[in-house]
Amino acid sequence: MSAILPPSERLWWKQPIDKVEWAWIGIAFVWGMIMFVMMVYWHVYGKQNLSNEAYKTTPEMFAAKAEKFIAENTVRTETDLQIPVVKVPAGGDGYLIARLWNWYPILELEKGQTYKIHLSSMDYQHGFSLQPVNINIQVLPGYEHVVKMTPTKSGTYAIVCNEYCGIGHHTMLGRIYVK
Amino acid sequence: MATTYRTCPSSGLQFENNAEKLMRWNAVVGVLWLLVGGITALLVILTRWPAIKLLPADQFYMILTAHGIDMIIMWILHFEMAVLYFASSTLLRCRLATPKLAWLGFWLMVIGGIMCNIAIFQGESSVMFTSYVPMQAAPHFYLGIILVAVGALVGLGVFFGTLVVAKKDKTYQGSIPLVTFGAMTAAIIATFTILAGAGILIPTFLWSVGLIKEIDAQLYRMVWWALGHSSQQINVAAHVSVWYLTAAVIFGAKPLSEKVSRFAFLLYILFLQLASAHHLLSDPGMSAEWKVLNTSYFMYFAVMASMIHGFTVPGAIEAAQRKKGYTNGLFEWLRKAPWGNPAFSGMFISLVGFGFLGGISGVVLGTEQINMLMHNTFYVPGHFHTTVVVGTTLAFMSITYILVPTLFRREMILPKLCQIQPYLYGISMSVLGLVMMGAGTLGVSRRHWDMAFSGAPFQYEWPGAAYLMMGLTGIFGVIAVLGGALWIVLVVGSLLFGKKLDGGTVSDKPTPIPSNTKAASAVSHTDKDDHVAVPGTVVLALTLLVTFVLYYFVNWKYLSEVWLLS
Ligand code: HEM
Ligand SMILES: [Cu+2]
Repeated sequence: MSAILPPSERLWWKQPIDKVEWAWIGIAFVWGMIMFVMMVYWHVYGKQNLSNEAYKTTPEMFAAKAEKFIAENTVRTETDLQIPVVKVPAGGDGYLIARLWNWYPILELEKGQTYKIHLSSMDYQHGFSLQPVNINIQVLPGYEHVVKMTPTKSGTYAIVCNEYCGIGHHTMLGRIYVK
Repeated sequence: MATTYRTCPSSGLQFENNAEKLMRWNAVVGVLWLLVGGITALLVILTRWPAIKLLPADQFYMILTAHGIDMIIMWILHFEMAVLYFASSTLLRCRLATPKLAWLGFWLMVIGGIMCNIAIFQGESSVMFTSYVPMQAAPHFYLGIILVAVGALVGLGVFFGTLVVAKKDKTYQGSIPLVTFGAMTAAIIATFTILAGAGILIPTFLWSVGLIKEIDAQLYRMVWWALGHSSQQINVAAHVSVWYLTAAVIFGAKPLSEKVSRFAFLLYILFLQLASAHHLLSDPGMSAEWKVLNTSYFMYFAVMASMIHGFTVPGAIEAAQRKKGYTNGLFEWLRKAPWGNPAFSGMFISLVGFGFLGGISGVVLGTEQINMLMHNTFYVPGHFHTTVVVGTTLAFMSITYILVPTLFRREMILPKLCQIQPYLYGISMSVLGLVMMGAGTLGVSRRHWDMAFSGAPFQYEWPGAAYLMMGLTGIFGVIAVLGGALWIVLVVGSLLFGKKLDGGTVSDKPTPIPSNTKAASAVSHTDKDDHVAVPGTVVLALTLLVTFVLYYFVNWKYLSEVWLLS
């Protein structure tokens, strides 16, 4: 009779399915396949894929690598806090520390060059949110994520933290310069 | 065990005494949590509204944690318990299995909920409902959630037990009704979900009291989302069942095809994504192959299931209406539907909003590469307010307009306001979801106290449009809170002051569901004369598809414009 009574056809599973319903099931299935193929296609031909390269690490190990990188490549410091501005060698590796509550250091990149940016957290989980480009990547403690990035426009970019990380979360703003 | 059965004179539904009490109490407690959730929603929205920014940061995060927990766990779970008891004991007209255990489950959930809220409002557990490690809450925060989960698990056991009772006592013939079948899929998924939840919450609790030294952040996210995502699949199965239920009660609507609808529910179970990959798409510790496999293979079959229900529910209504003679043109059946009946209008807004807003945004958000454009932005809560609020919450609200007279035996007060409420809530919530998604598309973060970044060493100025979107979020958020508050006032007001209705005859034996002649004959025949074409539903479904396809590819276009990543 209705959806709140047992099916009126006792052998309901033997009832034929209407053409229109079959068609809709078919459409839904094909659309699912198209969406599946799109993701694979983008891995092959697309230019925006999140890197798979990640390593287990510890805050101490990652901080040591980042400090070495900063010591070797700093070009100047900025703000009262003397935050180092570090020029990442073209085609080379750059390190970005996420911690309560800053992104450290400031990175300087060049348009059209490809960089391997290493991301990790010293404490809680953080969110790398590059603005106004709007690329968002989760940053975890204990994992070193190596993301290859190629800036396409010059300018001053902000890194907003978009994973809640405590009372100072909203002050966790970093910077990237692209020349 | 002695119990009684009451047959409601207006609906013909038969309520067993124990089940009836449990349904009422679960619904009432659910509504109280919705009240707490609604007050916190108002505080959250008034803080995120840049022109007002009501609360200081520490209170904002505390209140937001409470909002998430009390809404998505407490309100939804309590109401779902009532739905489960209804779908088993009431629809199958049998006694509830082990009512004592059911009460134990109920009290565990109540105590757990209170315990968790105490932890939150003490201020040391502002960790959000996801409680990502290594940020730590007080032990009784986790313990409270664990108690709620155990209580829910007990309730699930009672539900399955009741199905067995009905089978044994032969209170129905043939197969269980579709709505019960849908509730059963929800319950099966819930069982898996709670077990995954135990797998992560118990270690986290032990860690919070110092018995475990460390929990890996990526592992936590993976197992937590096996709980977190599957539980959304429970909500979907539950509210789809409620849609079928509403359509059956109001229109006497019969599923277009039992086979198709049941198969679609089955897909939810098969592809409930224990792996829950689409919350981890922008995480470091998972490979691209794993992400693609889990989002496509597992998710798209669940999406297909929802698309099927999205067709068969309005299709069933259209068929029922056409049989009643509303056959002119494509949409007479819809125009002449009872739009003044809040149970129907709410259900239909829930259906359309869930499909067009929640469904489409969810699939786009769950596409591996596109996720990078939206992960952790305001888009995410925008999306799920169109699923779990416009979809689930509104469906639950609208079925309550049927439950108050039948289950609580009270007439709804202020019928004019009842008529308005689903529109007020449903439309404002849909717009709220849209503008939240708009702000997220522009990059605005979720769970973020201050988009002006006061106290940061640098400045970043969001585009003006982002401020506009956040302002609209504020306005429509406040309207939505009013719409929700109106519902609470109407429901609680009716329970207290509504005209008492006749309860109907009480008997100490259940009256079994009458077997109908066709079922008894047990021969399969095609039922040609019963078949009605549903062209209006076809048009609706194709509109959905076109919107879906366009929006999906627009987002690939956006993605192609950002920095190159590999
Ligand atoms: C009555 C109107 C409601 C309004 C105005 C509202 C508003 C909001 C807003 C603005 C946020 C995002 C805050 C942020 O990320 O900064 C949010 C988060 C959330 N809302 Fe609602 N909401 C409402 C109702 C509901 C309902 C009924 C549910 C569930 C059934 C719900 C579940 C959630 C959840 C789970 C979160 C996520 C909390 C987190 O990020 O940890 N909300 N709400
Ligand atoms: Cu942070």
